[in-house]
Amino acid sequence: MSNFRFVIGRFLGAIPTLLILICLAFLLVKSAPGGPFDFERSLPEEVEANLRAAYNLDDPVYLQLFKYIGDLLQGDFGPSFQYRDYTVTELIATGFPVSLRLGTAAIFLALIFGSIIGSVAALNQNSKLDYSVMFFGMIGISIPNFVMAPLLVLFFSIGLKALPAGGYNGGDFYHMVLPVVSLALPQMAYIARLTRGSMIEVLSSNFVRTAKAQGLPTRSILLKHVLKPTLLPVVSYLGPATAAIITGSVVVEQIFGLPGLGRYFVQGALNRDYTLVMGVVVFYGCLIILFNLIVDTLYGFIDPRIKQNR
Amino acid sequence: MKKRTVIIMTSFLLFGCGPKVSNETPTTESLMIGGPSGNELAQEQVFRKNNGSDPGTLDPHRAEGVPASNVLRDLYEGLVSEAANGDYIPGVAESWSISEDGKTYRFKIREEAIWSNGDRVVAEDFVFSLRRSVDPKTLSNYSSMLYPIKNARDVVLGKLPTDMLSVSAENEKTLVIELEEPTPYFISLLTHSTTYPVHPPSVKEYGTSFTRPENMISNGAFTLKDWRIQDYILLERNEKYWDNPSTTLSQVYYYPLDNPDASLRRYRANELDFTDTTPSEQLPWIKKNLKDELKITPYFGSYYYGFNNSKPPFKDNPELRMALSLAVNRTIITDIVLGAGQIPAFTFVPPVKQYQGKQPEWAKLTQEEREGLARELYTKAGYSDANPLSIEIIYNTSENHKRVALAVTSMWKKVLGVETKLRNQEWKVFLETRRLQEETEVFRGGWIGDYDDPYTFSELLHSENEMNHSGYASEEYDALLRSASLRPAGKERTNDLLQAEQVMLNDMPVIPLYFYVSQHLIKPWVFGLEGNVMDHHYSKYVKILKTETLISE
Repeated sequence: MSNFRFVIGRFLGAIPTLLILICLAFLLVKSAPGGPFDFERSLPEEVEANLRAAYNLDDPVYLQLFKYIGDLLQGDFGPSFQYRDYTVTELIATGFPVSLRLGTAAIFLALIFGSIIGSVAALNQNSKLDYSVMFFGMIGISIPNFVMAPLLVLFFSIGLKALPAGGYNGGDFYHMVLPVVSLALPQMAYIARLTRGSMIEVLSSNFVRTAKAQGLPTRSILLKHVLKPTLLPVVSYLGPATAAIITGSVVVEQIFGLPGLGRYFVQGALNRDYTLVMGVVVFYGCLIILFNLIVDTLYGFIDPRIKQNR
Repeated sequence: MKKRTVIIMTSFLLFGCGPKVSNETPTTESLMIGGPSGNELAQEQVFRKNNGSDPGTLDPHRAEGVPASNVLRDLYEGLVSEAANGDYIPGVAESWSISEDGKTYRFKIREEAIWSNGDRVVAEDFVFSLRRSVDPKTLSNYSSMLYPIKNARDVVLGKLPTDMLSVSAENEKTLVIELEEPTPYFISLLTHSTTYPVHPPSVKEYGTSFTRPENMISNGAFTLKDWRIQDYILLERNEKYWDNPSTTLSQVYYYPLDNPDASLRRYRANELDFTDTTPSEQLPWIKKNLKDELKITPYFGSYYYGFNNSKPPFKDNPELRMALSLAVNRTIITDIVLGAGQIPAFTFVPPVKQYQGKQPEWAKLTQEEREGLARELYTKAGYSDANPLSIEIIYNTSENHKRVALAVTSMWKKVLGVETKLRNQEWKVFLETRRLQEETEVFRGGWIGDYDDPYTFSELLHSENEMNHSGYASEEYDALLRSASLRPAGKERTNDLLQAEQVMLNDMPVIPLYFYVSQHLIKPWVFGLEGNVMDHHYSKYVKILKTETLISE
């Protein structure tokens, strides 16, 4: 019951956050110099006036904002300025599944391999294995996507001709390998370091020592007692990481030519596609709030102490 | 990486290069293109192009920009079409006649022209389409292209109803278009997407959604099979197209890759047959390793620096403007800073067909002599080492624009002692700054001609043109342009335009720097494309040749 109340409470709390986000983003977008109708070939005044009127750009900004929020409440994100035959809702509906697929695959890969590598390193603390794993972890964190992805392409696609250099192709396995790996690597490295640190701490805690003293088999100590507390910091990192990975795959999408939401965001901003940028901001905003909520709820399941303190 | 030697067995070569066979001895693997005869076709006739970005729309009347035009050229056919080398050839109109005063065009519509659903293309379709194109309700960005048609301007501005546009169908097969003035380049406008026909019943039924793959009826060599936004556009051969037997390709992919580095990587991985451009930083590498696949052709574009002629220090100061122009060593910019084969510009209009701009006298001087002259004029304008000119160049953010700006800055500094600040702005911000003409002193400008006539450049500097960002206003220039627009094609018109350009070059409201080139990487198995000054390429001319990998000692 308390869980249910907690979720409802958080949902209600999210409404003012979203409203503030919408207002701020709207004002920022509108205040950017240059407009959607500034082209290399300037439009004749009357033609531009027609276009402005068609998109309600002549109203005062606060009226435009009210109207926008009104439309949003009816689930209407408006027409895109750039993709003139499509609505923003349609664009988000085509772009988001791609980003979601890419993001979830990357976060799973990062989580599974990251926690395994981190645990192995922690169990062999200060050994050569530990040092080399952590060395690669450091590299993984420090090399940005836009360096790693072209390197992977150069090696696997142009050199070995084993994997495609780009394209989505309906999201088939071969086309997703390189993008997912380049997106996952930095997160994997971070999760590995996080797991290692956390596990070392847990291994030296009193209850583990007690368990060892009682003569429990190592395997059962690790699985039953060490794993859960070890993963706590990882789980709390997962919320923001998933949001970041899904919303922040812009660079990888660009390099591999994937039709994800990130590219709409960038191009929408560059083209002053007001409705598209706003649509993506609102959508991302909801997504991040949702992920944080999920993680907070999950947290309570893993560590009952937190539930009591709520 | 294994080094590949490409043996090109075709006797014809892309882009006008001569046949060439290269064979380096220590290689073990080579490609044979086109089989023993040199023109055997590949089994799979699929052509994969990078298009640079997604078109905003595939509605020919509302489309804007090069990527959209590229796709529309394959989907639709206007009254006039183009050969692979850019020559005008009959399209939907099998022939046409022009009245003596040059103002009335009578087109004979091809009997066999049909839409992809089997409907005949009739003269009425063009009446419907041209009216739609100028209708203010269509919200077309490019409707001003049609101003040469009688009453078009007033219709676009909402002063006249669309049926007042002087386009009429005498019968199913005869279309008559009346013009305001004899417009010798009118035929070339008819290859522009604003003049393409759209299928009236589907536009009426689906509204703006008629461009969706499931709804689109087109009349070109290809039809729209699929459009995955940000992913690809897939065209499929239109079996109903009147000249379908000449088409070889079965499918064309247009990819919207805006990152030239990513495009190059996919090209190298054989995922693309054609790139829209080349990454400038990689040009030396490409020239070394993909020399035979790099096709560079003069392009109908001009890169220039504009002065703000409506404000000091450049207002009424032709000496100063000329001094700054003379001090720029254009060859260094084209050969060292850019290096893709761009052409140093001493005139504003790039050479096109019959029109070759007349270079000013000073273009014949050596650079030292120009610089001497520049210093004289600079002093005459009242500046000196003790009292140097201090200005700002504003350009849109891009590595190449920055490099050019730095080069110009250092030339001005070295020759005249001018203090120059650089300011870059994001594209849309830049467009606004430039349009407002309030902050600008010197700004970057570039223009690609909309049609292959000098007028597309000349009109940019007309005092009333909305694209005249330099604020240049010369009665003499305007009068010569007016005179040219009243004349039919011919020497007199060309003379007017040449003379106008001379007037402008004496006033130097903008500094012409270089003429553009188009840069494509094209796989050796792509046959049938030719370089042309408008950089228009029709997929209907393309064939994919068979490739075999030869293993030899």
